[in-house]
Amino acid sequence: MSEGGRQERRQELGVHGALTRLLGRAGGQEAAAISAATLRSDRFRIDREADWRRLEAIVGRLEAGRLRALSDEDLTALPVLYREAVSSLSIARETSLDAAALAYLEALVRRAWFQVYGPRVTLGGWLRRFFGGEWSRAVRAIGFDVGIALLLMVLGTVAGWLLVAGDPAWYAAFVPAEPGEVRVPGASQAALRGVLFGHSGESGLAAFAAMLFGHNAQISLLAFALGFAFGVPSLMLLVQNAGMLGAMLWLYHGRGLTLDLVGWLSIHGTTELFAVLLSGAAGLHIGRAMAFPGRRGVLAAAGAAGRRASVVMIGVIVMLVVAACLEGLGRQLVDETSGRLVVGGAMLAFWLWYFYAFGRGRAA
Amino acid sequence: MSRSAGDDRRREIVTPEGLALSLTLASRGTRAGALALDLMLMLLAAGATLAVLGEVFGGLSDARTADSGPAQLLFVVLVISAFVLRNGWFLLWELGPRGATPAKRLLGIRVVGREGARLTPEMVIARNLLRDIELALPIVFVAMAPTGAAGTAGWLAAAWFLLFAAFPLFNRDRMRAGDVIAGTWVVETGRQKLAAALTVGEAGDGGRYAFGEAELAIYGEHELKTLERVLRDGRAEVMDEVAAAICAKIGWTPPGRDAARAFLEAYYRALRARLESGLRFGRRKADKHAA
Repeated sequence: MSEGGRQERRQELGVHGALTRLLGRAGGQEAAAISAATLRSDRFRIDREADWRRLEAIVGRLEAGRLRALSDEDLTALPVLYREAVSSLSIARETSLDAAALAYLEALVRRAWFQVYGPRVTLGGWLRRFFGGEWSRAVRAIGFDVGIALLLMVLGTVAGWLLVAGDPAWYAAFVPAEPGEVRVPGASQAALRGVLFGHSGESGLAAFAAMLFGHNAQISLLAFALGFAFGVPSLMLLVQNAGMLGAMLWLYHGRGLTLDLVGWLSIHGTTELFAVLLSGAAGLHIGRAMAFPGRRGVLAAAGAAGRRASVVMIGVIVMLVVAACLEGLGRQLVDETSGRLVVGGAMLAFWLWYFYAFGRGRAA
Repeated sequence: MSRSAGDDRRREIVTPEGLALSLTLASRGTRAGALALDLMLMLLAAGATLAVLGEVFGGLSDARTADSGPAQLLFVVLVISAFVLRNGWFLLWELGPRGATPAKRLLGIRVVGREGARLTPEMVIARNLLRDIELALPIVFVAMAPTGAAGTAGWLAAAWFLLFAAFPLFNRDRMRAGDVIAGTWVVETGRQKLAAALTVGEAGDGGRYAFGEAELAIYGEHELKTLERVLRDGRAEVMDEVAAAICAKIGWTPPGRDAARAFLEAYYRALRARLESGLRFGRRKADKHAA
């Protein structure tokens, strides 16, 4: 509010106060109280008490989220009343020994401060900002960590392949054996093919997608949270997942089904693996900031990194919803390799564009 | 001056107006209590959700076969509500204007930005994404380790995750791991009613007591505060004792039990007037030992 506006407002308050003092019953009592108060600090308090109480009422309604219960008049008065309370408090600290008023003012200013300087965005506004560039910016900001995570995933895949190629006994270490699992070393081509194709008639796809989402989202949140331990567990989780991918690739390669497996994986995998990659990178970002905070303190560095990484993580959840829909529905409905590759490739292109080209020119 | 127990939890921040405000960090006990209460409320919410879903879907006769449309829809709704409840309970509440979950609000604490920074949605998200490794994983691993299923590694993992769970014990600001990466504090909100002024209105003693300079010069602000507390508590025997102590100090005869309150009110008023006029001239007298 401008200086002139504040002046005007103050006059208005003053006129209002004078009027009620002249006309109203409450005003009459107030005037009587002032004449009865012998201490200056009491006169100070009685003079301003009405404004304090009005601020308290406004803040109470803001806290309750009842914005509609506030008149425009109250909303415009809020900053003025807040500043008045602030100045009352600093004057009172220097001139008054009225402990009750001091404690009250201290608490009131604190509560008002939370509201006046509180988060100023609504959920809808935040979501618009998030999808409209903040997510992309956050992903770009952790680019170095994404690079490391990508490198590790590639290395993990290669290592998985090589280890299993050297000794098939390794396969069980990467792909946990479950009863009824047909994807084991030595499996026939028909059996392996059976996993990839021919499920389009199945029902329960939506349920399957929801289950996949719940599972994957919880895992990626974990990968992120573990980054707090200097990023090491996040990376281990990444490498383990990549190793599993490498082992499966080797298995299908041996039966001449490499491209079919890639298609089967890619329809949702370009989205899901990208999400896993980002969650690992986000975890690593925090871990790196804590291990090498630079000139800022560890706390400041961890805080800045944590806020950036958490934006990425909300995005990861969104990606996993998309991935689960693609895996649960898309993969069963598109039952041939080329179609799957097209969908997977298109998704990958979209994410790359969205993260690395979208909203680049705009100011942060 | 005596330091109260909450002093090491007090933090000063400076508002953009240049005013130093003091915040009191929530104690570890309060926060543990709020967490336990929130978990209970989450269970209640989960129960309520199940009851509503049961009510809605129970009426559909073909919902009983696993592959039917309604059964699938029910499953999808269940999975999503479980995810939202588990990860969104704390998040969505703390994004609100109170910056607190229902349990936090009940116990009078809230989330704020560290060092007086503005609380942003990113902070709230970041601090709540870490709850799993601070709560769920330590419980899982501590429960698993003694079974011996994971051997030594199980014990190591349990110790490792316990470290996260116990994070608030190891720093002065009582931050859990989530607070560290988000840059947040949890502080007491401290609502305060404005107590009536003691010195307004006709003096109860009718001007019977008049104190001289020498009689008022012996006490300072600390004693004034104590006296105010005694008057607000209003317990007759305490007031009598305090009145007697003051009289002994200034060489008066004690006013007796019936007149103790009037005497103390008059003394409080006179002492405050004297100390406040000193303040206006830049003289502060912290307590009776100060010059």
